[in-house]
Amino acid sequence: MTAAAVGAPARAERRLGWMLCGPALAVMVGVTAYPLAEAVWLSLYSYRITDPAGRRFVGLRNYGVILTDHLWWSDVATTVLITVVTVAVELVIGFAFASVMHRIVFGRRLVRTAVLVPYGIITVVAAFAWRYAFALDTGFVDHVFGLGHLAWFGQRTPALFVIILAEIWKTTPFISLLLLAGLAQVPGELLEAAEVDGATRVQRLFRVTLPNMKAAIMVALLFRTLDAYRIFDTVFVTTNGAAGTETVSFLAYRQTITRTALGLGSAVSVLLFVSVVLIAVVFVKGFGVDLARARGER
Amino acid sequence: MRRVARIAGPVLIVVWTLVPLLWLLSLSLKGGDHIDDGRFWPAAPTLHNYRTVFRTDLFTSALRNSIGISLIATVLSVILATLAAYAIARLDFPGKKLMLSVALAIAMFPTISLVGPLFDIWRSVGLYDTWPGLVIPYLSFTLPLSIWVLSAFFREIPWEMEQAAQVDGATPWQAFRKVIVPLAAPGVFTAAILTFFFAWNDFVFGISLTSTGRARTVPAALAFFTGASQFEQPTAAIAAAAVVVTIPVVAIVLAFQRRIVAGLTSGAVKG
Repeated sequence: MTAAAVGAPARAERRLGWMLCGPALAVMVGVTAYPLAEAVWLSLYSYRITDPAGRRFVGLRNYGVILTDHLWWSDVATTVLITVVTVAVELVIGFAFASVMHRIVFGRRLVRTAVLVPYGIITVVAAFAWRYAFALDTGFVDHVFGLGHLAWFGQRTPALFVIILAEIWKTTPFISLLLLAGLAQVPGELLEAAEVDGATRVQRLFRVTLPNMKAAIMVALLFRTLDAYRIFDTVFVTTNGAAGTETVSFLAYRQTITRTALGLGSAVSVLLFVSVVLIAVVFVKGFGVDLARARGER
Repeated sequence: MRRVARIAGPVLIVVWTLVPLLWLLSLSLKGGDHIDDGRFWPAAPTLHNYRTVFRTDLFTSALRNSIGISLIATVLSVILATLAAYAIARLDFPGKKLMLSVALAIAMFPTISLVGPLFDIWRSVGLYDTWPGLVIPYLSFTLPLSIWVLSAFFREIPWEMEQAAQVDGATPWQAFRKVIVPLAAPGVFTAAILTFFFAWNDFVFGISLTSTGRARTVPAALAFFTGASQFEQPTAAIAAAAVVVTIPVVAIVLAFQRRIVAGLTSGAVKG
């Protein structure tokens, strides 16, 4: 520690650096890369836990089965739909929240605390709250809004509506806090100058504020898109994948754990992983999201 | 008009965030006869559901498991991450950027992709349905999160103060303990809170890698809770259990609101 500080050979510093990072790196890689490699390997077999003797190598056939199956594509479509709507809506709501919190004078503490509660609460708990609120038997929504006996979870559209609403409620706080930090970085002089020059509120928003917080918006967008694409908990609790609300994560779970078809399930998991990587690559390469720069890293 | 907006905005935010929580609370206070009455508020509030929940072994053991497993995963992550974040913030070595990139990449990993192989491996090595069987996969998301948050915090620490203290005659140990530890402690603490939230929230591993009260955590137990008896609806009991596990979250948020916001935004943590 001190050796590095007094300018001893850079080699000692490098060694210390790796010694300190080594354990964390080893654990991170060990708990993800190893199971992932195992998943890739398992995906090449026809293998059910209930029938270990019947395990046999099938090459890429599992992938062929999945990619030609209508169910996979409809699950992908559902997942994409949930992701796009959720992220788009919460970007708008999140920005509104951030603007309110940015200008707030009274009750600053109360509002920030209130916003953090959905963030900290267990996703499953939040999903139960929404499920019971909309349920035919225990719910209050139909009653309070005079909707008669609308079975929200019986059909795809209303069921997806509740799922998306639950997700938006739970994760908007995260986006709004990131955008709040972005808002704080918009130079005040620029806004004043624009106002002096006669720019309207709308012009100031689109010409000054938003371009200056592009980095924060892109980071929020990337994190939330990847997170939304993995949606599982809310679907499990509200519909259990019924009424055409099954997502890709749910399909992977159902194949591996419920049906114990480890080979096929692992192939779904690998495809899910590949799609997440693809989304990240599109963001980083396509939109040029530089996470290191966005958080001020040299 | 502007003044109205200034008050209406915050009020709307608070209402939007608190209504689902009030609904859960109200549901948890409804007696068996009122559960289907379609009202928001309970007509005759009762604590009956809370008594049921605390008499249910599935819930009490899940509470124990959740607290224990989440705490162990948090402590392990924060220790490993503190070492790594110190190196990233303070030392100059070529792997710095790689470390952060790996942490970030792993944080975005779809957890469900690990479930199949872990299910298979854990069953053959005897880790299925045990505490370590959950702590180990939890590290896959708690460790990157801690590294990300801690390295952002440590970057802001004025490390020169350590040397300044030594120039003033402090021993290296004194300088570390009296100067660096007090500066670093809030960041470590915040990282621990955020990490704990993530571990506490896990559902995927909880339902896939456990089967009994031995290691089943709260979110998993809630999803599989069927009620005290075959003839009673579990709704109100689940609501009560949900309220019980939400109280610590609200308490932590109330006490450490500023630190959590700082940790979330400086580290650009995933949601």
